[in-house]
Amino acid sequence: MTRKATLPLRMLARDWRAGELRVLAAALVIAVASVTSVAFFADRVRQALVRDAHQLLGGDLLLVADEPWPDNIRDEIAKRRLRQAEATWFISMARHGDVAHLSGIKAVSSNYPLRGRMRIADAPNAADRPTEHGPDPGTVWLDERLFSLLNLKVGESIELGDARLKVAAVLTLEPDRGASFFNLAPRVMMSLADVPATGLVQTGSRVYYYLVAAGEAEAINALGEWLKPRLGRGQRLESLENARPAARATIERAEQFIGLTALLAVILAAVAIALSTRRFTRRHLDGYAVMRCLGATQRRLVSLFAWEFAVLGILASALGCALGFAVQAGLEYWLGRLFVVPLPAPTIRPALQGFGTGIVILLGFAVPPLLQLKNVPALRVIRRDAGPAKQGALVAYGIGLAAFAGLIFWQAGSAKLAGYVLGGFLVALVVSGALGYFLIQMIAKLGARARASWHYGLASLRRRSVANTVQVSGLALGLTAILLLTFTRGDLLEAWRAKTPPDAPNRFILNIQPDQRVPLAEFFAAEHLPPPVTYPMVRGRLMAINDRAVNAETYEDQRTKRLVEREFNLSFMEDLPAHNSVSVGRWFQPQDLARGALSVEEGIAKRLNIGVGDTLTWSVAGREFTAPVTNLRKLNWDSMRVNFFVITTPNLLDDRPTSYLTSFYLPGGAHEAMNRLIGRFSNLTVVDMSAILNQVLRIVDQVVNAVQIVFLFALAAGVLVLYSALLATQDERLQEAAVMRALGAARAQIAKAQQAEFLALGLIAGMLASISAFSIGYVLADRVFNFPYAFSSWIWVAGPILGLACVSFNAWMGARAALNHPPMLALREAA
Amino acid sequence: MLAILTDIDLEVMPGEAVAVVGASGSGKSTLLGLLAGLDTPSAGSIRIDGAELFDLDEDGRAALRARLLGFVFQSFQLLPALNALENVSLPLELAERGDAEPAARAMLERVGLGERLTHYPKTLSGGEQQRVALARAFVQQPKLLLADEPTGNLDAATGEGIIDLLFRLNAENGTTLLLVTHDEMLARRCNRLVRLSAGRIVNGATA
Repeated sequence: MTRKATLPLRMLARDWRAGELRVLAAALVIAVASVTSVAFFADRVRQALVRDAHQLLGGDLLLVADEPWPDNIRDEIAKRRLRQAEATWFISMARHGDVAHLSGIKAVSSNYPLRGRMRIADAPNAADRPTEHGPDPGTVWLDERLFSLLNLKVGESIELGDARLKVAAVLTLEPDRGASFFNLAPRVMMSLADVPATGLVQTGSRVYYYLVAAGEAEAINALGEWLKPRLGRGQRLESLENARPAARATIERAEQFIGLTALLAVILAAVAIALSTRRFTRRHLDGYAVMRCLGATQRRLVSLFAWEFAVLGILASALGCALGFAVQAGLEYWLGRLFVVPLPAPTIRPALQGFGTGIVILLGFAVPPLLQLKNVPALRVIRRDAGPAKQGALVAYGIGLAAFAGLIFWQAGSAKLAGYVLGGFLVALVVSGALGYFLIQMIAKLGARARASWHYGLASLRRRSVANTVQVSGLALGLTAILLLTFTRGDLLEAWRAKTPPDAPNRFILNIQPDQRVPLAEFFAAEHLPPPVTYPMVRGRLMAINDRAVNAETYEDQRTKRLVEREFNLSFMEDLPAHNSVSVGRWFQPQDLARGALSVEEGIAKRLNIGVGDTLTWSVAGREFTAPVTNLRKLNWDSMRVNFFVITTPNLLDDRPTSYLTSFYLPGGAHEAMNRLIGRFSNLTVVDMSAILNQVLRIVDQVVNAVQIVFLFALAAGVLVLYSALLATQDERLQEAAVMRALGAARAQIAKAQQAEFLALGLIAGMLASISAFSIGYVLADRVFNFPYAFSSWIWVAGPILGLACVSFNAWMGARAALNHPPMLALREAA
Repeated sequence: MLAILTDIDLEVMPGEAVAVVGASGSGKSTLLGLLAGLDTPSAGSIRIDGAELFDLDEDGRAALRARLLGFVFQSFQLLPALNALENVSLPLELAERGDAEPAARAMLERVGLGERLTHYPKTLSGGEQQRVALARAFVQQPKLLLADEPTGNLDAATGEGIIDLLFRLNAENGTTLLLVTHDEMLARRCNRLVRLSAGRIVNGATA
């Protein structure tokens, strides 16, 4: 390597040795590591989510038909080197002695399912375990509730049609069951080989035949394309869009939460980089001027520093990527357990994303202050008053900020989230700058009446007001991060957990007849269960939107096609359900109640392209009605309560055939109550949601753990901001203390003066931090995550105390340094 | 507009040692800045070694400084992050010379700091710092050395040692010396004394 090429490296090594670049490098490493780890993990989670959605199908492609699938289809799947498994589903009575119960029978080939694993237990309420294959021929696995319904133990036998089969296990998890009402009857799982012996499947029986294929994505897609034109009547393909909305919403929110935390770390790191580069620049003004005297051209110097920082950026970003990779392994430890099988291997993209982030922040936040060096007059070596840099860096800052904004938008993945983050950051900066400046002036004015040393300290507040405003803003930002990550984080996470409380409904009761509502309420009271809230349900088909007929051909999307082909579950009520909120329009007004109106869930409205003001025509039990949509609703899927896509005003539906449903929380030991319920109201169907609910709760807990890891990055970045903000005025303070001592000030006097100034700064920064942490928490809870935010009032105390503590510690350290620094040395260094 | 220097007509011959003296604010430092091409005059011209200084652009003047000039400052102006050897190597490194380190080492030996190569400025005494600065100035073998109050930050005894060294190196290298000072004793060791007052040369303009 030539001398020319190695000089930047030598300069880098020298500046590193002198400790000039450590904060900057650390900030860069943290920013890159946090982005990379989150990106790595999000990438793998995204891959896994897609794959887990396949588990909900039991494979990658699900073929459903009401007739057995012909052999040519099986051969085609085999020819394409895809794995295949089979299942048959039908309804039948399961009998044990004198007791019989209607059950959903699923007969599976031994390799079923191809994706995901079922779990079984040796006895009801016993610990379960995953299983690699379906039941052996001659045996069945049953849902837990069938054991009490049929008064049965593992090891006994049940009768299915003509066959007698031994109960070998309790079926606790069937990943492909989904939450569709289709499969409400309790499950009996048996071997496909035993079906002929039951004699239950005959011509005319209502049976569904499933064929599942799994393999490489490309081969699966090709198979799907091959199949589509060949599908006959009663045959269809299922794709992977049926993921459970509750779990999906939780995981999406988790990604947002983690992503946002990573963003916070990036922003803080950027501020730390800007502050430390500012200091670097100030400390290099003289050196730069000297080098100009020694004959270095301006272009040469700019290129030297540019290379020095580029090399630093590349090294720190690479280190950050490596650290990010290591940390995502930790995230996998916490979150990987959400997924049934190991997470897919990470791809290279997240590393590039992290690297890009590092370079962008460096360009955006280190280059502008560095460019100020360019304007340093060489004359400064002779005449100090030849001045520092001219302020020519505004354009550079503008470009840097724009690049940074782009980065945030890219990272956040949603313009809304990015807007809040970026807007919040800018508002916080401007407000804390302005407020900080104002408070500094105020306190300094008040200080004019104080005793001598205090007076001097408070006066220097104002004398250095610009530097102090920068410092206060930096401190406030660092403290805000720490408050956010301690108080606000706890509050937010609690609020999130509370969204799916431990007593969230875990049972649904369907098919309640109108005249059963009162006896059911009495039954609940007798069982000491809270009174059930029942919702009416009417099945209806969507016929037209704005008088234009609706059918499957109208829509491209498979899921939408299926949606309009099926009947909707409609409900009617006067009042908005507590766990719903109106997002567009207004809930039913008196005139709506008189005239008839509709309320539609916003997701489905978007899917069907329905807005407020559109009219929908429905067919219910052969009669049609048309009504306008007056509002769109947002549902809380996490609540596990009864939710309806479409709600009408009562006048439209209350004369139609109606059944009711309810959801409620059944405490752990109260299973017997359900048996008594079924005994008394034999027509009711009770759906046990606890497995799904437990899964959601587990997801939240694990996500919370994972979020903590990412929080550590943001916390570290916050500490770096604090540290660099405190360093910002240190050089100046050292010199000032030396001058005062040279003028004969006692150490105690200087210490007191500095304490006064620091106390004021700490107090101001702490107050600003409390305000911003509170505001950010509120906006996040209310606007981004949509849950009620319970404010911790401690935040108002913690901010100022933290500010005082942090600044006092620094004042004590700094004052010690200033006082122990020989005045001669300080003066000589400053000369 | 305030005129800081007026009617300055000064010629310095190769090998000459010229002291510029005057009270504070008499324009000494401004003159030095102009001579080094660090500042530009509102009118007038300066020629160094046949080159018209202000016909050159900023980068051209920097190149000329690299080729012809050495500097010694009152406040030493050593880079705090660099040790003695690196400080002296720096001008050679900037000039992309391959022998930067051995040359700097030899120069530091000549100023008597062969044992202090890896010391940082803050661990050196004022006199030692100025000797490093002298080494840095002479390591480029400049034709013209500009010195700005080289003893201003030093006590009398140390200052005298530095001046002895300065004149010895100057003689050994045949360097032209232009020295700004208000120390009359130091000024008298030069061949010629130019006195500035209120921006004008009051005596010593010509040899």
